[in-house]
Amino acid sequence: MKALLELSNVGMKFDTPKGQFEALKDVNLKIESGEFVSLIGHSGCGKSTVLNIVAGLLQATDGGVILDKHEVTEPGPERAVVFQNHSLLPWLTAFENVELAVKQVFKKTKSKTEIRDWVEHNLELVHMAHAMHKKPDEISGGMKQRVGIARALAMQPQVLLMDEPFGALDALTRAHLQDSLMEIHAQLGTTVIMITHDVDEAVLLSDRIVMMTNGPSATIGEILDVDIPRPRDRLALADDATFVRCRQQVLQFLYEKQRKVEPMPKRNSENAEAARKRA
Amino acid sequence: MVTLTFPTWMEPYRALATGKMTGDQWQALLRQLIWPVMGIATFLLLWQLAAQRIDTSLGQFPGPVDVWEQAGSLVDEHQASRAKEAAFHERQEKYIASRLQQQPEWEPVYRSYTGAPTFFDQIGTSLITVMSGFLLASAIAIPLGIVIGLSSTAHAAMNPLIQLFKPVSPLAWLPLVTMVVSAVYVTDDPLVAKSFLTSMFTVSLCCLWPTLMNTSVGVTSVSQDLTNVSMVLRLNALSHVRKIVLPSALPMMFTGLRLSLGIAWMVLIAAEMLAQNPGLGKFVWDEFQNGSSQSLGRIMVAVIVIGLIGFLLDRLMLMLQRALVWDKSSVQR
Ligand SMILES: Nc1ncnc2c1ncn2[C@@H]1O[C@H](COP(=O)(O)OP(=O)(O)OP(=O)(O)O)[C@@H](O)[C@H]1O
Ligand SMILES: [Mg+2]
Repeated sequence: MKALLELSNVGMKFDTPKGQFEALKDVNLKIESGEFVSLIGHSGCGKSTVLNIVAGLLQATDGGVILDKHEVTEPGPERAVVFQNHSLLPWLTAFENVELAVKQVFKKTKSKTEIRDWVEHNLELVHMAHAMHKKPDEISGGMKQRVGIARALAMQPQVLLMDEPFGALDALTRAHLQDSLMEIHAQLGTTVIMITHDVDEAVLLSDRIVMMTNGPSATIGEILDVDIPRPRDRLALADDATFVRCRQQVLQFLYEKQRKVEPMPKRNSENAEAARKRA
Repeated sequence: MVTLTFPTWMEPYRALATGKMTGDQWQALLRQLIWPVMGIATFLLLWQLAAQRIDTSLGQFPGPVDVWEQAGSLVDEHQASRAKEAAFHERQEKYIASRLQQQPEWEPVYRSYTGAPTFFDQIGTSLITVMSGFLLASAIAIPLGIVIGLSSTAHAAMNPLIQLFKPVSPLAWLPLVTMVVSAVYVTDDPLVAKSFLTSMFTVSLCCLWPTLMNTSVGVTSVSQDLTNVSMVLRLNALSHVRKIVLPSALPMMFTGLRLSLGIAWMVLIAAEMLAQNPGLGKFVWDEFQNGSSQSLGRIMVAVIVIGLIGFLLDRLMLMLQRALVWDKSSVQR
């Protein structure tokens, strides 16, 4: 099977006041249609940079991305993004937020009523039909994230890109949304790339887990196939042998092979000591 | 069934009427009614005491009671003037009718009444002028602010000019505006008076800046996240401005508009005074020149009315802001 999305030798150098900073180097990845892929790695390694390059919001300085035989040069709705902090327009209701996207993508192909039905359908998909005429201020964080997902899904993207979509949520809401996401993925077969910090989340949701090395010049360290049949059930998986092994491997990668050594910030007591001496 | 709901600020009064006051409601009553009334009463008392000790060349400085009397006499003068005007028109009608009876081929000539404008006429003139100047300024400042906010080139080009002209006092603009209006606006049949244009342009020039600055800052500070959304959706430039930039900038824009209207009102009074253009400023100046024993009292009435109108204009903007802006937390008192 031919890959839907292909990253070849992607590299990214940022110009900073202190000279060039090479964030990514030689990132190679092929993703097939319908696959669910997670990106995992320590903070600051370059996950968002990879995702933004695929989205077209950043231009790779080396290599390139090909989606369905076309090179990615700019952002577009066929690569819909679910942003970490929902990014809903605060002056529009949930319905209007999704509608803006739908109108933009299907202006020429759908009639007025079809557009309305499609917006409602997508809000129902994320179980938000009951609150669709509320503004972002009036709904909870988890609900906002749902609307963000509905907006992305409603564009019928070839690839759904998600940057830590559940990062800011409490554990219960997060589990709930993970289940919804699995349901939707099973139903629609959308190709998904998701960034996460959460090892359990990565194993539960993904077909493959892409593990990134620490920066600078970060690249892909290992790729793990998660051979657990779908539909997956979080309770049953807790002591499933494959689940435990996968989890173990990701943890090993993150905390043994790519252990992050960061200098601890100077302790306050030392500063206080110094101040006293000066006085 | 109809349930009557009271606005929250009325709650203490309802409680007072029904005799069920809680501690919090006493607090609210004190804050809303009792303290403000005490403040005003104290002010009036101090004013009265101070006025008795100030002797000017036009007599004793007016106390609150004198000012109240002058306010009454200004109302009387206005009514008298209106009555005279009505009488004049009636006489004219009669005259024309009788002459037409004798000479049916005669072309009647209608004259308009030319009495001196009353205090209330001057208020009207000032209000019309300030609103025109403010609207003109907004019509320039909002689009310009959007352009400056969107394009760093435009910002770089305009910023020095803005910084230079922003602090200029209206009094410095006035002579220039007067001369330019006189030179450029020459028609035999003027639609509006020159003095109106002079005042209006001076007001516009001075109150442009807060709207301009706030609009451009509001436009610049559209969050990167929303810009990303716009890019993923491939909104074209026009939709991007309409759907993302303008709504984002609206709260800041309104803050600017409110400041602008406040400045416009202050500038207008000064400009009218200096240029002796019709309006409240001219009223004050005329009374000052007039120098009768009632002048100070009448000026004091004007001062209070100017303050009151300024306050009402600000409330008006606040109401508009509350109605139109999505970000309610951006609406300050
Ligand atoms: N615009 C930029 N200019 C300079 N350096 C940048 C820029 N964007 C990202 N970087 C650097 O590139 C590296 C990767 O950043 P990135 O945001 O992709 O990390 P991340 O893996 O998403 O981290 P996190 O998990 O905390 O979100 C970081 O060291 C960051 O400082
Ligand atoms: Mg990130």
